[in-house]
Amino acid sequence: MTVIIDYGAGNLFSVQNALEHIGAECKISRDPSEIETADRLILPGVGAFPDAMKMLSKAGLTEVIKEQAAKKPLMGICLGMQMLFDTSLEFGKTDGLGLIPGSVELMTPVGLPIPHIGWNELEKNIPSPLLTDKKGEYVYFVHSYAAVTDEKYVAAYCDYGMKVPALVQNGSVYGCQFHPEKSGETGLDILRRFAAL
Amino acid sequence: MLAKRIIPCLDVRDGKVVKGVNFEGIKEVGDPVECACEYNAQGADEIVFYDITASHEGRGVILDVVRSAAKKVFVPLTVGGGIKSVEDMRSTLRAGADKISVNSQAVKNPQLIKDGADIFGSQCICVGIDTKRNAQGKWTVFINGGRIDMHLDLIEWAKTVERLGAGEICLNSMDTDGVRGGFDIPMLKAVVQAVNIPVIASGGAGRVGDFADAFLQTDCSAALAASLFHFRELTVGEVKDDCRAKGIPVR
Repeated sequence: MTVIIDYGAGNLFSVQNALEHIGAECKISRDPSEIETADRLILPGVGAFPDAMKMLSKAGLTEVIKEQAAKKPLMGICLGMQMLFDTSLEFGKTDGLGLIPGSVELMTPVGLPIPHIGWNELEKNIPSPLLTDKKGEYVYFVHSYAAVTDEKYVAAYCDYGMKVPALVQNGSVYGCQFHPEKSGETGLDILRRFAAL
Repeated sequence: MLAKRIIPCLDVRDGKVVKGVNFEGIKEVGDPVECACEYNAQGADEIVFYDITASHEGRGVILDVVRSAAKKVFVPLTVGGGIKSVEDMRSTLRAGADKISVNSQAVKNPQLIKDGADIFGSQCICVGIDTKRNAQGKWTVFINGGRIDMHLDLIEWAKTVERLGAGEICLNSMDTDGVRGGFDIPMLKAVVQAVNIPVIASGGAGRVGDFADAFLQTDCSAALAASLFHFRELTVGEVKDDCRAKGIPVR
């Protein structure tokens, strides 16, 4: 059972639709005991970092997520991915979950608009159980901030006037800056691999 | 590098897909959810549902269409037509849309763009613009499915919607729409130069090469077509093969 964590922010239904489509058993929940018994967790997120961290804490889920992340696969999506890092500079400095070393900062692509919206190509960096070695795979991005982290945590980058960490990982913790649930077959494959972990 | 997007548009009325020529003589051609699945299989980068009669006959079953499509299609979905308020935007996004397209209502009430962008984010808000050249050679903005000329200058309006927080402009040339002679290159160039947000070319695609022409001759980010894909004269895959062969990045 995959639990999609519901803390009041996010693309919960899109993620649920995608998991159901690939035949993965899933549930949207904010119950700490269900988070504890889940086989794996998905942390979605849309919006601003400080609000999302506040909502997570208000829902009483910050500690249980940190604790469970050491025991089972966890995938953060978009803002949920950014929340996995130590801090974010969006609207001032806010602490994240600290599950992957690094910070989240405003992107500074040369000569390109912000936000970065659209289909961009994954450029693989280090091996990941979520990726194949296929070339020319595109996924869908919508974001203005990006992770700043050591390349040993980056399974794939994309090129948007700068190297943008697209898929990050640290042990059983994974983060997609893109939306796998909106990235066609490539995205569904990433979710299939995650659901099989 | 970002891929150029190919976007099929489904004009929907009463839950059925229709396509008109110059907005007149509308014919019905099918089930929107089925069409969306077909386009998804062909490699569409995004799918637009446009409720064409909603702006003057009220909103209807479009939310059910979106809800069903969102269970089967895993690329971004844009919904437009008759969205009049932040509440309409919220219900459409909750049904599974990723973006909202506003057109006539944005002209009548520009604050709607700002309110939508502030609450849901600019990436959610696409402003559709129907426009054509007048006798003096200037492009003006039309509303209500091209029925009413607002005598509003296209370039001024494009800059205004960007300032209000629109994340994208879908530029529909009524001069070329349904005529199939290619996208309106001069109009696209003028708007792309005036704003820093992505511009989607709409209206006029007739041949496979028209898409590549728009991408090679202007900096538009995406190109949209309805009838061409609908009547199965071309597939999204064929358009992408042509773009790829011409060195244009596509997914």
